[in-house]
Amino acid sequence: MSKHTVTIEINGSSFTREVDSRLLLVHFIREDLQMTGTHIGCDTTHCGACTVLMDGRSIKSCTLFTIQANGKSLTTIEGLESGGKLHPLQEGFHEEHGLQCGFCTPGMIMRAVELLGKNPNPTEDEIRTGISGNLCRCTGYVNIVKSVQYAAEKMKAEVA
Amino acid sequence: MIPPPFEYLSPNQLSEAISLLQKHGEDAKILAGGHSLIPAMKLRFALPEYLIDIGGIEGMDYLREEGGQLRIGAMTRESSLEDSELISKKYPLLLDTVKMIADPQVRNMATVGGNLAHGDPANDHPATMIALRASVFAEGPNGSREIRIDDFFPDFFTTALDTNEILTEIRISSPPPKSGGAYLKIERKVGDYATAAVACQLNLNTSGSIEQIGIGLTNVGPTPIRATSAENLLRGKSPSDDLIKEAGLLAAGDSDPSDDLRGSAEYKKDLLCELTQRAIRISIERSERSG
Repeated sequence: MSKHTVTIEINGSSFTREVDSRLLLVHFIREDLQMTGTHIGCDTTHCGACTVLMDGRSIKSCTLFTIQANGKSLTTIEGLESGGKLHPLQEGFHEEHGLQCGFCTPGMIMRAVELLGKNPNPTEDEIRTGISGNLCRCTGYVNIVKSVQYAAEKMKAEVA
Repeated sequence: MIPPPFEYLSPNQLSEAISLLQKHGEDAKILAGGHSLIPAMKLRFALPEYLIDIGGIEGMDYLREEGGQLRIGAMTRESSLEDSELISKKYPLLLDTVKMIADPQVRNMATVGGNLAHGDPANDHPATMIALRASVFAEGPNGSREIRIDDFFPDFFTTALDTNEILTEIRISSPPPKSGGAYLKIERKVGDYATAAVACQLNLNTSGSIEQIGIGLTNVGPTPIRATSAENLLRGKSPSDDLIKEAGLLAAGDSDPSDDLRGSAEYKKDLLCELTQRAIRISIERSERSG
């Protein structure tokens, strides 16, 4: 099996490690770097619990080899709050009770970061389509949509 | 699930990637977006000894019109099609299709070239490209060659690519005035393969008759299928309700579905009949609205 040295920026810090070619990105994040905010749900590219941002785009980290992220910049759920202040999406999920068991939450939030970045004024339908790659098995989608709407309003107010 | 071990190779040039394919032959697989290959490796359906990652080769990710053709680089991500103004303005069939492929995160990684080169009759782009009469360009040790889409899928999970060839580009003729297309797919849930899907592309002449028409069918046979008899029925004709209905029946007749968890073969034929009619109607409406 081949070993490769990778350098990956995560949440603003650079990490250089030697990894097996077959090491999936989600295992690198959770096991090698001990950042366990990113979850493994289905492990089959369906549920979106492992969603992180790579160069600003949401991807499922269970379906990428770590080596493919070499030289890229990642953001995980741990990188969202700044200076002890929650990201508007994190605040939204808190305020609108956007979670029950919380397992899908990091993936939902990371997906919604890209969604609101591209479309700051999404309709409810656009939010639902936008998070169609994320499953909540508590099925709390109504409050998840409200949480994203809360964040959209808050982010607009911050810009204004 | 942890994929089986493999040797990872990351060429910077296309020629280097082709040399690596020549060297390792059947033991090597090309890694593009990886969203068919990595799941297949996890399940041990694919056990390549070498993965040749073409993600680091520059100049394979582009989308542009040139010389009366749309050119799509093989490494173009599905999400790039979704975000493209050119695609949403001139290629409604492609826009419909990308929106139905998997989910947003998958579309951020998955590539148009990979969707074709995987050779899966359940993938969505094959039918789209059949309807658009696309050409696929492949590069090998002896240079580049053009493969017509009708020759690209000879058999189940098989493509016309040689073991030492790489799909580099897809070309589609820019649509003439009064053109439109549509992709209609029934899936059980987001991210599922089609129970059945229909791609249609057509253009109208000045008197409102159908001039050219392409109809492709997804996941209703061992390969993607061109609904030839439905196309032949409509070509040159002024579309009427009866004619469109007959085209739906003919498209169902052109298909070869099998019973599976998504439904019986009979059900899928019924679906195709209906989806074909809807796809033709939407394509006509869009043609009438286009410049």
